[in-house]
Amino acid sequence: MRFGVTDIHHEFGDVRALRGVDLDVPAGSVVAVVGGDGAGKTTLLRCLVGRYAPSSGTVRRPSSELIGYMPSTSGTWRDLTVDENIDFIASAYSMTSSDRDRRRADLLDHAGLSGTADRLARDLSGGMRQKLGFVLAMLHEPELLVLDEPSTGVDPVSRVELWRLIAEAAAAGMAVTMATTYLDEAERASSVTVLDRGRAIAVGTRDEVMGSFPGSITAPEQPSVPARSWRRGRSVREWHPTSHGPTEPTSNGPALEPAELDFEDVVIARLLDDRNIDETDGST
Amino acid sequence: MIVKEFRELRRDRRTMGMLIGLPLLLLVIFGYAANFTVSSVSTVVVGPSAEAVSAQLPEFFDVVEVDAAGDRQAGVDDLRDNRADAALVTGGSGTPLLLADGSSLFTAQATVAAANGAGNALDVEVLFNPDLKTSWVMVPGLIGLIMAFIGTIVTSLGLVRERQDGTLEQLAVMPFRPSDVIVGKIAPYFVLAYVDMVAVTVLGALLFGVPFAGSVLLFGIGAAIFLLVVLGLGVLISTISQTQGQAIQTAMFFVMPQILLSGMIFPLASMPWGVRWIGYGLPLTYFIEISQGILLRGAGLGSLWISFLVLAAMAVVVLGGAVLRFRRDLAPSLDTDVTGESAATR
Repeated sequence: MRFGVTDIHHEFGDVRALRGVDLDVPAGSVVAVVGGDGAGKTTLLRCLVGRYAPSSGTVRRPSSELIGYMPSTSGTWRDLTVDENIDFIASAYSMTSSDRDRRRADLLDHAGLSGTADRLARDLSGGMRQKLGFVLAMLHEPELLVLDEPSTGVDPVSRVELWRLIAEAAAAGMAVTMATTYLDEAERASSVTVLDRGRAIAVGTRDEVMGSFPGSITAPEQPSVPARSWRRGRSVREWHPTSHGPTEPTSNGPALEPAELDFEDVVIARLLDDRNIDETDGST
Repeated sequence: MIVKEFRELRRDRRTMGMLIGLPLLLLVIFGYAANFTVSSVSTVVVGPSAEAVSAQLPEFFDVVEVDAAGDRQAGVDDLRDNRADAALVTGGSGTPLLLADGSSLFTAQATVAAANGAGNALDVEVLFNPDLKTSWVMVPGLIGLIMAFIGTIVTSLGLVRERQDGTLEQLAVMPFRPSDVIVGKIAPYFVLAYVDMVAVTVLGALLFGVPFAGSVLLFGIGAAIFLLVVLGLGVLISTISQTQGQAIQTAMFFVMPQILLSGMIFPLASMPWGVRWIGYGLPLTYFIEISQGILLRGAGLGSLWISFLVLAAMAVVVLGGAVLRFRRDLAPSLDTDVTGESAATR
């Protein structure tokens, strides 16, 4: 079963939030949607789950009983205990008490929340609350699991645990899609859609996105073209769209060998390229 | 820092509204409406000498009806049904008896004072609140005010908290119909406000001896209709507020005028028309008519039907509008003009 959207557009007044985006979410896989702030990730996921009706395009989703959704705010009721949150979701999805108790025990154990049943959600740490949000979205064993930035604001250890839960959900046969700003997470997904200002600028598996990347990336002391350069930790990266070998020497420095490509550099270069193209278009 | 604060304030329309609107509102209310002075009372004159006596009454008594065939009971009925503030019962030869409506505290006090000013020409009897106790008049109003508080402020806070925490989005995606969510959110506040109403009514009777002269059923129905109006206001406020702070600010604009202009504190009849019409647009005004009428005077639907009708119309308009707006928040797709291929494949 494949869920997703085809060529959807969505506007908020004059702002074009989505411009002809496709997203394919097969069962048993994790599809990551990456992009910066305002790229359209949340709007895309909301269109997918039916929160927004796109102005045009096609949405393929199961009925609402078979959708699990975790909003970016974790979607937990802060004044309810962990158990009460679970009870509410279970009753909303008409789960039997035996199914509810089985899933409760299983998911809380996997999420490392076993000892928190009587704690109020507001008293949980940020990471624990995000994991509870994930448990709630997963509780009724949905066919389509949609997670909006599940790991944002979560400490590194909780991020690892969350990712393990996400991978287990896909392994159990769910179609999982998640928005994230963390490129290391996106790299682990079955496929990635890179969004920028409402458009998909790269789509495919990690290797496909890397393989279709034009040019090379170097690590100069000083950038020669600031519009195509960025900082990466303590060093600088620069993208050369047409060069595949060593670069020509410049006034800023000698010829450089291409650096080894990694996913984060490739996505950043793609985003810079997209913005440069728009700026060039705007100036002509 | 000062410039930043002014910039933020300029963009915070609600706070600016409070800064500008509230002083104006208070100025208008305390300048025009805060008036305890009753300059005239509507009066019916009944009995064999009604014609003759009514011609001799001071200007303070605004004679609205003269009924020579009427008796004391006719006068009492007129007061109970709120057709007049005072009734003068004339006999064949004895001193005329002036009946005052104690459920309108300031009007009754002014009536008694005017009668006493006439020397021994009139006997005076205060009905429905013989000792002119303030608590008897305030408690029926307070019942409404408490329901307005819970219905408007607490309900809007509960709904906005759902939006602020992001769980409204969760509810919108879950397999609930919008009506399930709306009823599920409103019903607890309806029950709580209703329980509060009963508690205040019972405590009012136990602590202050406030009577319950009329029909319990009619009062219960009136309270339920009023509650629907104020719950509607609460839902409406939640649809235009993103945070609980905004909801409280907005609710204040709805609750404050009800406290000051509904007749609970200042008599409506003493307000100039320029302000009084605001009072007639407020639901608490009509609930106070109902609660004072039923509790103190034992009035029935025959004399209170206009208040019931107005409240019912308000309930339909306010709650209906609020539910539609809230429903749009929950299921925006219902109001979106979907064209092209856009459709969910289920």
